[in-house]
Amino acid sequence: MGEIIAVSELRKTYGDLNAVDGVTFSVATGEFFGILGPNGAGKTTTLEIVEGLRKADGGEVRLLDMSPWPRNSRLLPRIGVQLQASAFFERLTAREQIRTFGSLYGVSGAKADEWLDRVGMSDKADTRTEKLSGGQLQRLSIACALVHEPELVFLDEPTAALDPQARRNLWDLLSGLNEHGRTVVLTTHYMDEAEVLCDRVAIMDHGRILQLDTPAALIRELNAGVRISLERSAIDPGDAARLPGVERVETDESSVLLATHEPAGVLAELASRDALAGLQVKSATLEDVFLTLTGREYRA
Amino acid sequence: MRTAFMSLARAMVKGFVRDRQAVFFSVFFPLMFLVLFGGVFSGQSTSRINLVEVGNVTIFHQLPRPEQAAFRAAFDVSKSNDLTASLEQVRKGDADAALQQVGHRVVLHFSRADQVKSSVAEGTIQGFVQAANLAATGRPPTYTFATEQVEDKSLKTIQYVTPGLLGWAIATSATFGAAATLVGWRRSKLLRRLRLAPVSTRAVVGARIGVTLLIALVQMAIFIGLAVVAFGLQLTGYWWMAVPLVVCGTLSFMALGLLAGAISKTVEGASALANIFVLPMAFLSGSFFPLDNAPGWLDVVSHLLPLRYLNDGMLDVMVRGDGPGAVVTPIAILVAFAVVVIVVASRFFRWDAD
Repeated sequence: MGEIIAVSELRKTYGDLNAVDGVTFSVATGEFFGILGPNGAGKTTTLEIVEGLRKADGGEVRLLDMSPWPRNSRLLPRIGVQLQASAFFERLTAREQIRTFGSLYGVSGAKADEWLDRVGMSDKADTRTEKLSGGQLQRLSIACALVHEPELVFLDEPTAALDPQARRNLWDLLSGLNEHGRTVVLTTHYMDEAEVLCDRVAIMDHGRILQLDTPAALIRELNAGVRISLERSAIDPGDAARLPGVERVETDESSVLLATHEPAGVLAELASRDALAGLQVKSATLEDVFLTLTGREYRA
Repeated sequence: MRTAFMSLARAMVKGFVRDRQAVFFSVFFPLMFLVLFGGVFSGQSTSRINLVEVGNVTIFHQLPRPEQAAFRAAFDVSKSNDLTASLEQVRKGDADAALQQVGHRVVLHFSRADQVKSSVAEGTIQGFVQAANLAATGRPPTYTFATEQVEDKSLKTIQYVTPGLLGWAIATSATFGAAATLVGWRRSKLLRRLRLAPVSTRAVVGARIGVTLLIALVQMAIFIGLAVVAFGLQLTGYWWMAVPLVVCGTLSFMALGLLAGAISKTVEGASALANIFVLPMAFLSGSFFPLDNAPGWLDVVSHLLPLRYLNDGMLDVMVRGDGPGAVVTPIAILVAFAVVVIVVASRFFRWDAD
């Protein structure tokens, strides 16, 4: 698999602010690549430079072996973009929107309608975009980004401002996008989203990439162990601390929390004492990785 | 690229037609004024002159038929045999002038109170006397008689208000359309989205200009159609020269709208700014009232505004009977205005809302 995107030492400053501060990464063809970070981390600016919407102050971007800046009309038909806001024409229906976008790429009306179906928007085809819900707008705007079957598609926070249910519904759609060798680059500030969808994740903050790897590797490297949570009444905290393998015990009003790197042994011990009431086992998440990397709470 | 242009244009037309507020303010609102002026004040001619014929003024009865018709169009003639009473009427302003024939002398009695009407009457009667002299020679005239001049100065209300209100309507829709589109597309990031589609700037700008021109020409057709059919607007020979005039005027107002859109951050701000541009301009450019008697400073100010040139040009070719040459200067000025404003607007142009 070749590299479809190669970014090196990208820089962009706005006044005193280093919005992008020496970012380097590459994306392989067919990969689902995530850029994860809180608002203001520099994700969108990075993406906009890679797409060719902004000029970098320094560094280099190669996209399909071409430079996206200045505006490159040979590159444009091969990439698809979904911008953060829902960029639509005023007062057009969903079908008219996707057909208009399709025609900009020379896509027929029938092909455009197919995409409406693929994102589950057929029943809203004759509804004006002003009347669509947030989730429906995102689906339509993803369809508009993909209507010309681009090899590479950029999605900028496609699930921002959606309720959890709509967000999970959209994941089903998103997770199939990199079939047939299409490359997807996604920015998000949701940890769980990056974990579920992405092959590799770059964690960004303050304009820098802090770490870049598969979600599993990032978590493994963290070596954060496992947290076992029990009902408060299940075991005496003092007893729990003396169990072999338990490193730390925390308590609150309703539960006891055991931290360990040897969950199997601890669980067997607990089972033998019949102290499994309210059992929950949590392994580390990207959130823990972020916390460790930045030393602060995640500000979504 | 043709399909991109067409589908963008189609999207914009639909966007406009479905925007009830825009349709109301650019078409129906100005039409309401046309109906008001054309319907309520119709028949009020601004300078048809009340003339008292004292005794029998024979030379006018001997005029050739076309001149007689012109005479009746210019004057509202009433008869009297009492000279003293007639002069009293003129003095009081009940009549504009009294006319008397003594032998071969035609005497016009007028009052200084209304200098405009009295001088129009004077010049006109003089012209008719000369025409009568010519007719008395029994030879065909070498020069044709300029009766039309007289008629054209006495424009009926509908003749005057149609071009002015049309100018206002076009200024409104072109300015607001351009301003709202630019700000709206910038805020929704559609502008950036289109930048990332393989569509040329020419196609996008061309579609916007094409749609705005189409809207302006439809406005023109509705205005002129209604004024002709319902209110008896009489178009003069080269009225269709108003079409290129309207095209160039629309470009000027689009430029103005783009400037408003480039400066403003929100759609509301852009339409407020467009209002600040358009409404005073409409007042100062004679869209609502004639500027013939306006003070000098107003005349100077209004000649800095593109709408004045559009209105004057349309008046000249649509109702004053001027030839195609009358639109050359207005067109040149409107195009120059558009170019200058576009250059200024491009300095303020931003891709992003922030």
